[in-house]
Amino acid sequence: TRLSGIVSSPYSTSEEKTPYKDVTTYNNYYEFGTDKSDPAENAQGLRTRPWTISVEGAVKRPKVWDIDALLKAFPIEERIYRLRCVEGWSMVIPWEGFALANLIRQVEPTGSARYVEFTTLHDPAQMPGQRSSVLNWPYTEGLRLDEAMHPLTILAVGLYGQTLPNQNGAPVRLVVPWKYGFKSAKSIVRIRFVEQQPKTAWGRAAPSEYGFYSNVNPQVDHPRWSQARERRIGEFFKRKTEMFNGYGEQVAQLYQGMDLRKNF
Amino acid sequence: MWLGVNDGLGANPIEFITHFTGTWTLVGLLTTLSITPLRKISGWNWLIRLRRMLGLFAFFYACLHFTTYIWLDQFFDMQMVVKDVIKRPFITVGFLAFVLLIPLALTSTNAMMKRLGGKKWQRLHRLIYAIAVLGVVHYWWLVKKDITQPLIYALVLAVLLGIRLVFKAQIRIPVVMPKHNPE
Repeated sequence: TRLSGIVSSPYSTSEEKTPYKDVTTYNNYYEFGTDKSDPAENAQGLRTRPWTISVEGAVKRPKVWDIDALLKAFPIEERIYRLRCVEGWSMVIPWEGFALANLIRQVEPTGSARYVEFTTLHDPAQMPGQRSSVLNWPYTEGLRLDEAMHPLTILAVGLYGQTLPNQNGAPVRLVVPWKYGFKSAKSIVRIRFVEQQPKTAWGRAAPSEYGFYSNVNPQVDHPRWSQARERRIGEFFKRKTEMFNGYGEQVAQLYQGMDLRKNF
Repeated sequence: MWLGVNDGLGANPIEFITHFTGTWTLVGLLTTLSITPLRKISGWNWLIRLRRMLGLFAFFYACLHFTTYIWLDQFFDMQMVVKDVIKRPFITVGFLAFVLLIPLALTSTNAMMKRLGGKKWQRLHRLIYAIAVLGVVHYWWLVKKDITQPLIYALVLAVLLGIRLVFKAQIRIPVVMPKHNPE
Protein backbone atom coordinates (compact mmCIF):
# COMPACT_ATOMS: atom_id res chain seq x y z
CA THR A 1 0.00 0.00 0.00
CA ARG A 2 1.05 3.56 -0.70
CA LEU A 3 2.16 5.64 2.22
CA SER A 4 0.73 9.14 2.40
CA GLY A 5 1.88 12.46 3.81
CA ILE A 6 5.56 11.76 3.30
CA VAL A 7 7.89 14.70 3.77
CA SER A 8 11.31 14.92 2.19
CA SER A 9 14.47 15.24 4.25
CA PRO A 10 17.71 17.20 3.97
CA TYR A 11 19.51 13.98 4.89
CA SER A 12 18.63 12.39 1.55
CA THR A 13 21.26 11.86 -1.11
CA SER A 14 20.62 12.91 -4.68
CA GLU A 15 22.49 9.91 -6.06
CA GLU A 16 20.73 7.68 -8.54
CA LYS A 17 18.40 5.27 -6.82
CA THR A 18 18.82 1.52 -7.19
CA PRO A 19 15.86 0.12 -9.16
CA TYR A 20 12.96 -1.15 -7.06
CA LYS A 21 13.33 -4.60 -8.54
CA ASP A 22 16.94 -4.93 -7.36
CA VAL A 23 16.16 -3.49 -3.92
CA THR A 24 13.44 -6.08 -3.44
CA THR A 25 15.00 -9.18 -5.01
CA TYR A 26 18.64 -8.98 -3.90
CA ASN A 27 18.49 -9.29 -0.14
CA ASN A 28 20.41 -10.65 2.79
CA TYR A 29 17.78 -11.84 5.21
CA TYR A 30 18.89 -15.18 6.59
CA GLU A 31 15.56 -15.77 8.32
CA PHE A 32 14.28 -16.56 4.84
CA GLY A 33 17.34 -18.33 3.40
CA THR A 34 20.96 -17.55 2.69
CA ASP A 35 20.74 -16.87 -1.04
CA LYS A 36 20.10 -13.33 -2.15
CA SER A 37 16.99 -14.43 -4.01
CA ASP A 38 15.57 -16.47 -1.10
CA PRO A 39 13.94 -13.65 0.89
CA ALA A 40 11.82 -12.42 -2.03
CA GLU A 41 10.58 -15.98 -2.51
CA ASN A 42 10.18 -17.12 1.08
CA ALA A 43 9.11 -13.98 2.92
CA GLN A 44 5.69 -13.67 1.31
CA GLY A 45 4.09 -15.78 4.06
CA LEU A 46 5.21 -13.46 6.85
CA ARG A 47 2.17 -11.99 8.63
CA THR A 48 2.86 -8.40 9.58
CA ARG A 49 -0.53 -7.83 11.27
CA PRO A 50 -1.15 -7.94 14.12
CA TRP A 51 2.35 -6.82 15.12
CA THR A 52 3.67 -5.25 18.27
CA ILE A 53 7.00 -3.72 19.18
CA SER A 54 7.91 -3.76 22.84
CA VAL A 55 10.06 -0.82 23.92
CA GLU A 56 11.46 -1.79 27.27
CA GLY A 57 14.42 -2.06 29.61
CA ALA A 58 16.10 0.89 31.27
CA VAL A 59 13.35 3.41 30.52
CA LYS A 60 10.87 5.37 32.58
CA ARG A 61 7.91 4.71 30.30
CA PRO A 62 8.13 1.31 28.65
CA LYS A 63 5.54 0.85 25.95
CA VAL A 64 4.22 -1.88 23.68
CA TRP A 65 3.46 -0.29 20.35
CA ASP A 66 0.91 -1.60 17.94
CA ILE A 67 2.38 -1.26 14.47
CA ASP A 68 -0.58 0.73 13.10
CA ALA A 69 -0.39 3.16 15.98
CA LEU A 70 3.35 3.49 15.47
CA LEU A 71 2.83 4.28 11.79
CA LYS A 72 0.66 7.24 12.74
CA ALA A 73 2.64 8.42 15.74
CA PHE A 74 5.44 10.28 13.98
CA PRO A 75 5.66 12.16 10.69
CA ILE A 76 6.98 9.82 7.99
CA GLU A 77 9.95 11.16 6.08
CA GLU A 78 11.58 10.01 2.90
CA ARG A 79 15.26 9.25 3.49
CA ILE A 80 17.25 8.35 0.40
CA TYR A 81 20.28 6.61 1.86
CA ARG A 82 23.27 4.74 0.60
CA LEU A 83 23.39 1.18 1.86
CA ARG A 84 26.75 -0.58 2.01
CA CYS A 85 26.78 -4.32 2.61
CA VAL A 86 29.73 -5.86 4.44
CA GLU A 87 30.06 -8.16 1.41
CA GLY A 88 31.22 -5.31 -0.82
CA TRP A 89 28.13 -4.20 -2.71
CA SER A 90 25.97 -1.15 -2.25
CA MET A 91 22.63 0.39 -3.18
CA VAL A 92 20.82 3.70 -2.92
CA ILE A 93 17.41 3.19 -1.35
CA PRO A 94 14.54 5.62 -0.77
CA TRP A 95 13.28 4.60 2.67
CA GLU A 96 10.24 5.94 4.43
CA GLY A 97 10.47 6.16 8.17
CA PHE A 98 11.09 8.37 11.15
CA ALA A 99 14.02 9.16 13.39
CA LEU A 100 14.44 6.50 16.05
CA ALA A 101 15.23 9.37 18.43
CA ASN A 102 11.53 10.37 18.33
CA LEU A 103 10.54 7.06 19.79
CA ILE A 104 13.41 6.98 22.26
CA ARG A 105 12.53 10.38 23.73
CA GLN A 106 9.00 9.16 24.42
CA VAL A 107 10.12 6.29 26.61
CA GLU A 108 12.65 8.39 28.54
CA PRO A 109 15.72 6.21 28.96
CA THR A 110 17.16 6.17 32.46
CA GLY A 111 20.75 7.00 33.33
CA SER A 112 21.80 3.36 33.09
CA ALA A 113 20.61 3.03 29.47
CA ARG A 114 23.86 3.05 27.52
CA TYR A 115 23.02 0.73 24.67
CA VAL A 116 19.97 -0.25 22.68
CA GLU A 117 19.30 -3.83 21.64
CA PHE A 118 17.05 -4.69 18.71
CA THR A 119 15.43 -8.09 18.34
CA THR A 120 13.91 -9.58 15.20
CA LEU A 121 10.84 -11.80 15.23
CA HIS A 122 11.60 -15.42 16.07
CA ASP A 123 9.04 -17.71 14.47
CA PRO A 124 10.42 -20.66 12.49
CA ALA A 125 6.90 -21.42 11.22
CA GLN A 126 6.92 -18.15 9.31
CA MET A 127 10.65 -17.80 8.85
CA PRO A 128 11.92 -21.01 7.28
CA GLY A 129 15.54 -19.94 7.55
CA GLN A 130 15.27 -20.11 11.34
CA ARG A 131 14.82 -23.88 11.08
CA SER A 132 18.51 -24.09 10.29
CA SER A 133 21.05 -22.99 12.85
CA VAL A 134 23.08 -20.83 10.51
CA LEU A 135 22.80 -18.01 13.08
CA ASN A 136 21.72 -17.93 16.71
CA TRP A 137 18.05 -16.96 16.55
CA PRO A 138 16.50 -14.59 17.20
CA TYR A 139 18.61 -12.08 15.30
CA THR A 140 19.79 -9.35 17.62
CA GLU A 141 21.66 -6.16 16.94
CA GLY A 142 22.73 -3.20 18.98
CA LEU A 143 23.72 0.44 18.96
CA ARG A 144 25.25 2.74 21.50
CA LEU A 145 22.57 5.10 22.81
CA ASP A 146 24.10 8.13 21.08
CA GLU A 147 24.21 6.22 17.80
CA ALA A 148 20.58 5.27 18.23
CA MET A 149 19.69 8.91 18.99
CA HIS A 150 21.53 10.23 15.95
CA PRO A 151 19.20 11.96 13.49
CA LEU A 152 20.39 9.74 10.63
CA THR A 153 19.22 6.61 12.44
CA ILE A 154 15.68 5.76 11.42
CA LEU A 155 13.05 3.15 11.84
CA ALA A 156 11.91 2.43 8.29
CA VAL A 157 8.36 1.39 7.52
CA GLY A 158 8.45 1.70 3.75
CA LEU A 159 10.52 2.08 0.61
CA TYR A 160 9.80 3.69 -2.72
CA GLY A 161 6.67 5.23 -1.18
CA GLN A 162 5.10 1.86 -0.38
CA THR A 163 4.86 -0.11 2.84
CA LEU A 164 7.97 -2.16 3.40
CA PRO A 165 8.05 -5.42 1.41
CA ASN A 166 8.44 -8.45 3.68
CA GLN A 167 11.86 -9.31 2.24
CA ASN A 168 13.14 -5.87 3.23
CA GLY A 169 12.21 -6.27 6.89
CA ALA A 170 8.49 -5.53 7.19
CA PRO A 171 6.72 -4.14 9.05
CA VAL A 172 9.45 -2.08 10.70
CA ARG A 173 13.22 -2.17 10.53
CA LEU A 174 16.22 -0.18 11.55
CA VAL A 175 18.32 1.76 9.03
CA VAL A 176 21.74 3.02 10.11
CA PRO A 177 23.30 4.28 6.88
CA TRP A 178 26.90 4.71 8.04
CA LYS A 179 27.20 1.12 9.20
CA TYR A 180 27.29 -2.13 7.26
CA GLY A 181 23.84 -3.34 6.33
CA PHE A 182 23.64 -6.20 8.82
CA LYS A 183 23.55 -3.70 11.70
CA SER A 184 20.09 -2.65 10.59
CA ALA A 185 17.85 -5.28 12.19
CA LYS A 186 14.68 -6.21 10.32
CA SER A 187 11.14 -7.12 11.38
CA ILE A 188 11.72 -5.75 14.86
CA VAL A 189 9.63 -6.96 17.78
CA ARG A 190 11.66 -5.60 20.70
CA ILE A 191 13.75 -2.56 21.44
CA ARG A 192 15.46 -2.84 24.79
CA PHE A 193 17.59 -0.29 26.62
CA VAL A 194 20.49 -1.84 28.49
CA GLU A 195 23.63 -0.95 30.38
CA GLN A 196 26.00 -3.51 28.85
CA GLN A 197 26.96 -3.70 25.20
CA PRO A 198 24.50 -6.23 23.78
CA LYS A 199 25.60 -9.35 21.94
CA THR A 200 24.83 -9.27 18.24
CA ALA A 201 23.89 -12.16 15.98
CA TRP A 202 26.87 -11.82 13.66
CA GLY A 203 29.20 -10.98 16.52
CA ARG A 204 28.32 -14.28 18.15
CA ALA A 205 28.71 -16.15 14.87
CA ALA A 206 32.16 -14.77 14.03
CA PRO A 207 33.51 -12.30 16.61
CA SER A 208 36.72 -11.64 14.71
CA GLU A 209 34.85 -10.70 11.55
CA TYR A 210 31.85 -8.67 12.68
CA GLY A 211 32.51 -6.15 15.41
CA PHE A 212 29.94 -4.30 17.45
CA TYR A 213 30.47 -1.00 15.68
CA SER A 214 30.79 -2.23 12.09
CA ASN A 215 31.07 1.28 10.74
CA VAL A 216 31.70 1.39 7.02
CA ASN A 217 35.45 1.89 6.84
CA PRO A 218 37.54 1.42 3.68
CA GLN A 219 40.75 1.31 5.74
CA VAL A 220 39.73 -1.58 7.94
CA ASP A 221 39.38 -4.71 5.88
CA HIS A 222 37.18 -7.61 6.71
CA PRO A 223 39.63 -10.38 7.71
CA ARG A 224 38.86 -12.23 4.50
CA TRP A 225 38.24 -9.50 1.97
CA SER A 226 39.05 -5.88 1.25
CA GLN A 227 36.56 -3.13 2.08
CA ALA A 228 38.34 -0.48 0.02
CA ARG A 229 35.91 -0.65 -2.85
CA GLU A 230 32.35 -1.64 -3.53
CA ARG A 231 30.13 -2.52 -6.43
CA ARG A 232 27.09 -0.30 -6.62
CA ILE A 233 24.32 -2.57 -7.83
CA GLY A 234 23.61 -1.70 -11.46
CA GLU A 235 27.08 -0.30 -12.10
CA PHE A 236 29.84 -2.00 -14.03
CA PHE A 237 32.90 -0.47 -12.41
CA LYS A 238 33.61 -0.66 -8.73
CA ARG A 239 33.74 2.58 -6.80
CA LYS A 240 35.78 3.61 -3.80
CA THR A 241 34.11 3.02 -0.47
CA GLU A 242 33.83 6.18 1.59
CA MET A 243 34.56 6.50 5.28
CA PHE A 244 31.33 6.08 7.27
CA ASN A 245 29.69 5.38 3.91
CA GLY A 246 29.96 9.10 3.09
CA TYR A 247 28.21 10.21 6.29
CA GLY A 248 31.41 11.16 8.08
CA GLU A 249 30.49 14.82 8.36
CA GLN A 250 27.46 13.88 10.42
CA VAL A 251 28.75 10.97 12.46
CA ALA A 252 32.55 11.11 12.78
CA GLN A 253 32.32 12.99 16.08
CA LEU A 254 30.57 10.01 17.64
CA TYR A 255 33.84 8.13 17.44
CA GLN A 256 36.33 10.81 18.37
CA GLY A 257 39.36 9.41 20.11
CA MET A 258 38.36 5.81 19.38
CA ASP A 259 40.68 3.37 17.66
CA LEU A 260 38.44 2.26 14.81
CA ARG A 261 40.76 -0.57 13.94
CA LYS A 262 40.22 -2.03 17.38
CA ASN A 263 36.58 -1.03 17.59
CA PHE A 264 35.74 -2.35 14.14
CA MET B 1 24.28 -15.81 -22.76
CA TRP B 2 20.59 -16.56 -22.71
CA LEU B 3 20.42 -15.53 -19.08
CA GLY B 4 22.30 -12.33 -19.77
CA VAL B 5 19.99 -11.26 -22.58
CA ASN B 6 16.91 -12.09 -20.55
CA ASP B 7 17.93 -10.30 -17.36
CA GLY B 8 18.49 -13.62 -15.66
CA LEU B 9 21.76 -12.70 -14.00
CA GLY B 10 20.09 -10.87 -11.14
CA ALA B 11 20.97 -7.60 -9.49
CA ASN B 12 24.66 -8.35 -9.33
CA PRO B 13 25.58 -10.00 -12.64
CA ILE B 14 29.33 -10.03 -12.02
CA GLU B 15 28.90 -11.84 -8.75
CA PHE B 16 26.59 -14.27 -10.53
CA ILE B 17 29.16 -14.96 -13.25
CA THR B 18 31.92 -15.37 -10.67
CA HIS B 19 29.89 -17.91 -8.72
CA PHE B 20 28.69 -19.68 -11.85
CA THR B 21 32.16 -20.19 -13.32
CA GLY B 22 33.58 -21.13 -9.92
CA THR B 23 30.89 -23.72 -9.34
CA TRP B 24 31.46 -25.32 -12.74
CA THR B 25 35.20 -25.43 -12.16
CA LEU B 26 34.64 -27.39 -8.97
CA VAL B 27 32.08 -29.65 -10.59
CA GLY B 28 34.53 -30.28 -13.43
CA LEU B 29 37.36 -31.12 -11.02
CA LEU B 30 35.26 -33.51 -8.97
CA THR B 31 33.83 -35.20 -12.04
CA THR B 32 37.34 -35.68 -13.39
CA LEU B 33 38.34 -37.23 -10.09
CA SER B 34 35.38 -39.58 -10.15
CA ILE B 35 36.47 -41.29 -13.38
CA THR B 36 39.13 -43.55 -11.94
CA PRO B 37 37.04 -44.86 -9.02
CA LEU B 38 34.02 -45.33 -11.27
CA ARG B 39 36.12 -47.21 -13.76
CA LYS B 40 37.58 -49.48 -11.14
CA ILE B 41 34.25 -50.22 -9.56
CA SER B 42 32.26 -50.68 -12.72
CA GLY B 43 34.94 -52.06 -14.94
CA TRP B 44 33.89 -49.67 -17.68
CA ASN B 45 37.21 -48.83 -19.13
CA TRP B 46 35.79 -46.57 -21.79
CA LEU B 47 35.23 -43.98 -19.03
CA ILE B 48 38.90 -43.11 -19.15
CA ARG B 49 38.41 -41.50 -22.52
CA LEU B 50 36.25 -38.86 -20.87
CA ARG B 51 38.83 -37.90 -18.29
CA ARG B 52 40.94 -35.55 -20.37
CA MET B 53 37.91 -33.76 -21.71
CA LEU B 54 36.49 -33.31 -18.22
CA GLY B 55 39.80 -32.03 -16.92
CA LEU B 56 40.00 -29.50 -19.70
CA PHE B 57 36.40 -28.52 -19.02
CA ALA B 58 37.40 -27.71 -15.45
CA PHE B 59 40.39 -25.75 -16.71
CA PHE B 60 38.19 -23.85 -19.16
CA TYR B 61 35.87 -22.73 -16.37
CA ALA B 62 38.82 -21.96 -14.11
CA CYS B 63 40.11 -19.64 -16.86
CA LEU B 64 36.72 -17.93 -17.13
CA HIS B 65 36.55 -17.65 -13.34
CA PHE B 66 40.04 -16.15 -13.14
CA THR B 67 39.33 -13.78 -16.04
CA THR B 68 36.12 -12.64 -14.37
CA TYR B 69 38.08 -11.84 -11.24
CA ILE B 70 40.95 -10.04 -12.99
CA TRP B 71 38.78 -8.19 -15.45
CA LEU B 72 35.28 -7.62 -14.13
CA ASP B 73 36.13 -7.58 -10.45
CA GLN B 74 39.52 -5.88 -10.33
CA PHE B 75 39.66 -4.20 -13.77
CA PHE B 76 43.29 -5.19 -14.26
CA ASP B 77 44.36 -3.22 -11.21
CA MET B 78 47.36 -5.50 -10.79
CA GLN B 79 48.55 -3.84 -7.62
CA MET B 80 45.20 -4.63 -6.08
CA VAL B 81 45.29 -8.18 -7.43
CA VAL B 82 48.73 -8.88 -6.00
CA LYS B 83 47.65 -7.48 -2.64
CA ASP B 84 44.51 -9.58 -2.74
CA VAL B 85 46.37 -12.77 -3.61
CA ILE B 86 48.86 -12.26 -0.80
CA LYS B 87 46.51 -10.99 1.87
CA ARG B 88 43.29 -12.90 1.38
CA PRO B 89 43.74 -16.57 2.21
CA PHE B 90 40.76 -17.67 0.14
CA ILE B 91 42.15 -15.88 -2.90
CA THR B 92 45.64 -17.22 -2.21
CA VAL B 93 44.49 -20.83 -2.33
CA GLY B 94 42.22 -20.20 -5.29
CA PHE B 95 45.02 -18.57 -7.22
CA LEU B 96 47.39 -21.37 -6.33
CA ALA B 97 44.89 -23.96 -7.56
CA PHE B 98 44.55 -22.09 -10.83
CA VAL B 99 48.31 -21.83 -11.34
CA LEU B 100 48.73 -25.55 -10.65
CA LEU B 101 46.08 -26.36 -13.22
CA ILE B 102 48.09 -24.72 -16.00
CA PRO B 103 50.84 -27.36 -16.33
CA LEU B 104 48.20 -30.07 -16.30
CA ALA B 105 46.31 -28.45 -19.15
CA LEU B 106 49.54 -27.87 -21.08
CA THR B 107 50.57 -31.53 -20.76
CA SER B 108 47.16 -32.91 -21.60
CA THR B 109 47.94 -33.66 -25.24
CA ASN B 110 49.01 -37.07 -26.49
CA ALA B 111 52.26 -35.59 -27.68
CA MET B 112 53.09 -34.19 -24.27
CA MET B 113 52.17 -37.45 -22.60
CA LYS B 114 54.62 -39.29 -24.83
CA ARG B 115 57.28 -36.72 -24.32
CA LEU B 116 57.06 -36.88 -20.55
CA GLY B 117 56.60 -40.62 -20.38
CA GLY B 118 53.85 -42.32 -18.44
CA LYS B 119 55.47 -42.32 -15.02
CA LYS B 120 56.45 -38.69 -15.04
CA TRP B 121 53.19 -37.61 -16.60
CA GLN B 122 51.25 -39.42 -13.97
CA ARG B 123 53.26 -38.00 -11.13
CA LEU B 124 52.67 -34.52 -12.47
CA HIS B 125 48.97 -35.09 -12.88
CA ARG B 126 48.57 -36.21 -9.30
CA LEU B 127 48.61 -32.48 -8.68
CA ILE B 128 44.89 -32.61 -9.30
CA TYR B 129 44.42 -33.96 -5.77
CA ALA B 130 46.01 -30.85 -4.32
CA ILE B 131 44.16 -28.64 -6.80
CA ALA B 132 40.79 -30.08 -5.85
CA VAL B 133 41.51 -29.66 -2.14
CA LEU B 134 42.62 -26.07 -2.69
CA GLY B 135 39.52 -25.45 -4.78
CA VAL B 136 37.18 -26.66 -2.06
CA VAL B 137 39.08 -24.73 0.63
CA HIS B 138 38.83 -21.64 -1.59
CA TYR B 139 35.04 -22.01 -1.62
CA TRP B 140 34.83 -22.83 2.08
CA TRP B 141 36.80 -19.78 3.16
CA LEU B 142 34.89 -17.30 1.07
CA VAL B 143 31.47 -18.25 2.41
CA LYS B 144 30.21 -15.92 5.09
CA LYS B 145 28.32 -18.38 7.24
CA ASP B 146 26.17 -20.97 5.52
CA ILE B 147 28.73 -23.65 4.66
CA THR B 148 26.20 -26.20 3.36
CA GLN B 149 27.37 -25.91 -0.23
CA PRO B 150 31.14 -26.07 0.37
CA LEU B 151 30.50 -28.91 2.78
CA ILE B 152 28.83 -30.94 0.03
CA TYR B 153 31.83 -30.41 -2.25
CA ALA B 154 34.18 -31.31 0.58
CA LEU B 155 32.31 -34.53 1.31
CA VAL B 156 32.26 -35.59 -2.33
CA LEU B 157 35.97 -34.86 -2.56
CA ALA B 158 36.65 -36.79 0.64
CA VAL B 159 34.80 -39.79 -0.77
CA LEU B 160 36.65 -39.59 -4.07
CA LEU B 161 40.04 -39.36 -2.39
CA GLY B 162 39.09 -41.88 0.29
CA ILE B 163 38.19 -44.51 -2.30
CA ARG B 164 41.65 -44.16 -3.72
CA LEU B 165 43.21 -44.83 -0.33
CA VAL B 166 41.02 -47.88 0.11
CA PHE B 167 42.02 -49.20 -3.29
CA LYS B 168 45.63 -48.59 -2.53
CA ALA B 169 45.49 -50.31 0.84
CA GLN B 170 43.40 -53.30 -0.14
CA ILE B 171 44.26 -54.24 -3.64
CA ARG B 172 47.73 -52.86 -4.00
CA ILE B 173 47.47 -53.00 -7.72
CA PRO B 174 50.08 -50.94 -9.36
CA VAL B 175 48.25 -48.11 -10.98
CA VAL B 176 48.63 -48.79 -14.65
CA MET B 177 48.69 -46.01 -17.15
CA PRO B 178 45.78 -46.30 -19.48
CA LYS B 179 46.90 -47.39 -22.89
CA HIS B 180 46.25 -44.67 -25.30
CA ASN B 181 45.50 -46.04 -28.67
CA PRO B 182 46.30 -43.61 -31.36
CA GLU B 183 42.98 -42.41 -32.63
